[in-house]
Amino acid sequence: MKKFLRLPAADLIFAVISFSASFTILTLIFSTILVLYNESSLAIHKFGLLNFIFTVDWDPVKEVFGAAASLYGTLITTVLALSIAVPVSIGIAIFLTEISPHFLKTPIGIAIEMLAAIPSIIYGMWGLFTLAPIMAEYIEPALQSVFGDIPVVGKLFEGTPMGVDLLTASIILSIMITPFIASISRDSFNLTPDIVKESAYALGATKWEVIKDIVIPYSKLGVYGGIVLALGRALGETMAVAFVLGNKHQITPSLLDAAATITVTLANEFTEADTDIYLSSLFYLALILFILSFTILAVAKFFLLRAEKHYQR
Amino acid sequence: MDLKTKRKIKGNIALLLSTFAAFMGLFWLVFIIFDVLRHGITALNLELFLEDPAPPGVPGGGLRNAFVGQFLITSVATIIGVPLGILGGTFIAEYARGTVFAKVISILSDIMVSVPSIVVGTFIYALLVKPFGHFSGWAGAAALAFIMVPVVLRTTEDMLKLVPWTLREAAFALGASYFRVIKDVVYRAAATGILTGVILAIARIAGETAPLLFTSFNNSYFTTNMNEPIASLTVTIFNYAMGPYEDWHEKAWAAAFIITVVILIVTVTSRMIIHWRYKS
Repeated sequence: MKKFLRLPAADLIFAVISFSASFTILTLIFSTILVLYNESSLAIHKFGLLNFIFTVDWDPVKEVFGAAASLYGTLITTVLALSIAVPVSIGIAIFLTEISPHFLKTPIGIAIEMLAAIPSIIYGMWGLFTLAPIMAEYIEPALQSVFGDIPVVGKLFEGTPMGVDLLTASIILSIMITPFIASISRDSFNLTPDIVKESAYALGATKWEVIKDIVIPYSKLGVYGGIVLALGRALGETMAVAFVLGNKHQITPSLLDAAATITVTLANEFTEADTDIYLSSLFYLALILFILSFTILAVAKFFLLRAEKHYQR
Repeated sequence: MDLKTKRKIKGNIALLLSTFAAFMGLFWLVFIIFDVLRHGITALNLELFLEDPAPPGVPGGGLRNAFVGQFLITSVATIIGVPLGILGGTFIAEYARGTVFAKVISILSDIMVSVPSIVVGTFIYALLVKPFGHFSGWAGAAALAFIMVPVVLRTTEDMLKLVPWTLREAAFALGASYFRVIKDVVYRAAATGILTGVILAIARIAGETAPLLFTSFNNSYFTTNMNEPIASLTVTIFNYAMGPYEDWHEKAWAAAFIITVVILIVTVTSRMIIHWRYKS
């Protein structure tokens, strides 16, 4: 503090102004939590926390609201999207760092980053008009005929393929998050010291063995960070899934059925909420989503910071 | 089969799969962009920019209201968000460099960059829509500014940290105050980077839909009054694409085409500028 008081006047003023500006970040975070909590207090008092989370009903007429269906949709789309995106992204990162000829690295790298720059509403619209019909006509019937008769797996593919369902939404989501994981993994792979790789080659390891046993273990913290970051993004993604999920509050084993996520519920119902408890429940959902994604993103940041320290050594 | 061949085959399969993954990523990009171009170009015409929407179901008309609304909301958000972001970034990269406070703000900003944008919409709704009883352009701009501040703050911090410390010491040695050093030396050295970062941030918020859904809402009439609900391209795309009319779908594609092309061109050029400027 003393250090600041000795500054010349112009300096002091500028320091104070810029300090207040940096303080807005803290203000924004705390006021978001406070305002959302305040707005949802009605629903919190009426439904409680556990009861709200585990109630499937979402009935504006009877004024009974529960988050279970939305949470279920969020969970399924996110998990499914990650399980598609993680292997693909790591494959892309391996290609870009170890396989690709030099002249292809930059253009493919830029192309992957372009995929990240496309606004999510474009993904959503493309999903509705292009991907959903393809899914309904070709891919989903094919999946049904292959897996439909297998006892447990078959349950995943029950129902009429409409294209507006959990599976389509998850695929769009996976395309959206692939660039995040791929670019962070690529940057981490690039940081593996050549000398370590060369030692492995000298022992007679094949290229794949070097990648699998040297590069990936060496850069795993960065890769974890990228995956968790993508998880945080996927949880909060709205427009890409709003078009193709159907906003139906139900818990269904079938991936070919409409569902709702927290974000889709908010996007579709916020302006329609006509009673106080309805609006308050929506705010409650928003609060849960904020805390959930904030925590997950903090974990991602933790991994990435650890990774940074690790590479500096 | 001996162990050596087995290892080689296994390796080749894995490498092949990786190559396949990379081309799958490319495939999606080409697929999406090609689709947007294909549908978008055929729907483009001059009326799109010059006329307001026709009544629902009636063909014709344009999206002049949405273009103007989008421009207004984005501009106001930029005017609020950019100074806050740059000043905040300056504080943590200069005055507070190396302190715990700087570290905390930097980490929290990084988290806020990825926080769900729809939550920002609900927050602004509670703050600026509910108390006034109506949606407004100001609320939409505030929501976008909220998203912009952490993005600009982090870019500014990174860009200022790239300016070598010796440059500042040289200015200090001439007797300049820290404020003069920041204003005349550090900002000049980092100008390209900060400006490009700002442009990237504008491109980012220009594509946002979720925070506008219940802040600026939508308006099928032309207005420049920020105190009223105001149309934006992204919300218009959402409503039109979900709507029942073929004509609406075409307009949604046209709007999607324009947004995608502008954002991609701006993003790629900015990234190339940063890459080229800070190559070493």
